[in-house]
Amino acid sequence: MSRTAENYRGYNFAYLDEQTKRMIRRAILKAIAIPGYQVPFASREMPMPYGWGTGGVQVTAAILGPSDVLKVIDQGADDTTNAVSIRQFFEKTAGVETTTETGKASVIQTRHRIPEAKLQANQVLVYQVPIPEPLRFLEPRETETRTLHALAEYGLMHVRLYEDIAQHGHIAKTYAYPVLVADRYVMDPSPIPKFDNPKMHESAALQLFGAGREKRIYAVPPHTKVVSLDFEDHPFEATKFEQPCALCGAKDSYLDEVITDDRGGRMFVCSDTHHCETRRCEGHLGPLGMPVTEAAE
Amino acid sequence: MNPLLVAEGLSKFYGARIGCRDVRFALEPGEVLAIVGESGSGKTTLLNLLSGQLAPDSGAVRYRLRDGRTKNLLDLSEAERRLLARTDWGFVHQDARNGLRMGVSAGGNIGERLMGVGDRHYGRIRENAMAWLGRVEIDTGRIDDKPTQFSGGMRQRLQIARNLVTHPRLVFMDEPTGGLDVSVQARLLDLIRGLVADLGLAVVLVTHDLAVARLLSHRILVMKDGHVIEAGLTDRVLDDPQEAYTQLLVSSVLAA
Ligand SMILES: Nc1ncnc2c1ncn2[C@@H]1O[C@H](COP(=O)(O)OP(=O)(O)OP(=O)(O)O)[C@@H](O)[C@H]1O
Ligand SMILES: [Mg+2]
Ligand SMILES: [Zn+2]
Repeated sequence: MSRTAENYRGYNFAYLDEQTKRMIRRAILKAIAIPGYQVPFASREMPMPYGWGTGGVQVTAAILGPSDVLKVIDQGADDTTNAVSIRQFFEKTAGVETTTETGKASVIQTRHRIPEAKLQANQVLVYQVPIPEPLRFLEPRETETRTLHALAEYGLMHVRLYEDIAQHGHIAKTYAYPVLVADRYVMDPSPIPKFDNPKMHESAALQLFGAGREKRIYAVPPHTKVVSLDFEDHPFEATKFEQPCALCGAKDSYLDEVITDDRGGRMFVCSDTHHCETRRCEGHLGPLGMPVTEAAE
Repeated sequence: MNPLLVAEGLSKFYGARIGCRDVRFALEPGEVLAIVGESGSGKTTLLNLLSGQLAPDSGAVRYRLRDGRTKNLLDLSEAERRLLARTDWGFVHQDARNGLRMGVSAGGNIGERLMGVGDRHYGRIRENAMAWLGRVEIDTGRIDDKPTQFSGGMRQRLQIARNLVTHPRLVFMDEPTGGLDVSVQARLLDLIRGLVADLGLAVVLVTHDLAVARLLSHRILVMKDGHVIEAGLTDRVLDDPQEAYTQLLVSSVLAA
């Protein structure tokens, strides 16, 4: 089967027409040139509803080439409905190879997580973004937030953190934790847990963010400074877990609480399913884990 | 004399309608100037011109910056003007909702300017907010309450604290006591008078209440149809008005 850029099984390669992809690529290039700046783009209707990552899908469609290897995760997992349907969408419309292996992927589209494995220079991480504007909560007027970004007037962001500390004694925000990119633009990293924030800093991979409904694209180029906002006397701290992953015993990965039965049984396991599997295959075992040979069906 | 702000022939038209016309005066540091006049006489227009929120059709506003340079406001970049507005100036609005963040606690409202100029120490910001609450006579126990839970008088006092935290040299006030009960008004006026004297603030105060002007201001501009028709020391203008219109204003207040 030939995979020309023009046509794949009756679809234009990766669904979008070439003109639209060029328009999106221009927005991406601009976003890379101005790290953290939200570039408007003419978001297209996609054959999936907003809220299902149409922004990320458009970015992925615009950067994908026939030789790319695509991984799609939702909350760290490759096997959720959302991840599976986006993966299938690109299998069908672009015929690209897909994978669950973080290290093998050249493009990773994600919702709400950054993989645990350190990303490399030849990889692109595409985030699905629901609300791109970090100042929205305190300043609903778009004209005003644009001015605040243009003039780098970011006092408001700290007002938001101040309110948190006043109310809870600490900065209670645990996800979509705002960052300052390249000492210039304040950016919403999408609803990833703040646990993942340090991974954005100086990452070797290119990070692209697509907001479909809000028609914005922004980027963090490789090796860019990304600092989580905080106060001198209330410094940013990534979430720490008290226990290791119940399955693989990892002490440094982000854990999800999983209900194991209807009598209130629960355990904490890696949200990055590929990471957890890899560790188990390597022989790591958590308190509730089974050796991989037995666990395999 | 080394004025803080000079208005040079300020005019502003809204289409064919006059907003204000050929207004000129100089404001000294620490001086309180009241702009009085009936509704529609151009008070708010003038205030917005003076504070750079409105561009004049002709004329200029010159302001002496903290570093001693005097600048035409129109020559400042937007970034410079906004920095000036949130550090060296204050704005007290008649409607507190325009001057406060109603969804943010009192402490956050006061702290915003500090964070805006780069203070990144929570403890210090909070201490400062406490001190200012005290100064405007709001119980420091209310620091985490939102302005929505405050009375009208408290909201105005919070607006004042929010502005003064960066030690501005000039405060613009548009009917700061409008819509308040008389007793609440009296207390607020007392507070403003005390702070103005203690801090040596210059104030441009818009009011159509001559009693407020009498209590707070050193000088008065009387406006009618966009023109300044009489100007002078407050006591002189109110006790011995020269213009027929001012005489009418004064006598109608006395009659009321
Ligand atoms: N945005 C605008 N567009 C058109 N005309 C305006 C505008 N703002 C003010 N005006 C007109 O300019 C004149 C001066 O208005 P201004 O608001 O300055 O008066 P004011 O003295 O502040 O009145 P008030 O005491 O009612 O607040 C009035 O005739 C008013 O109708
Ligand atoms: Mg007015
Ligand atoms: Zn695990």
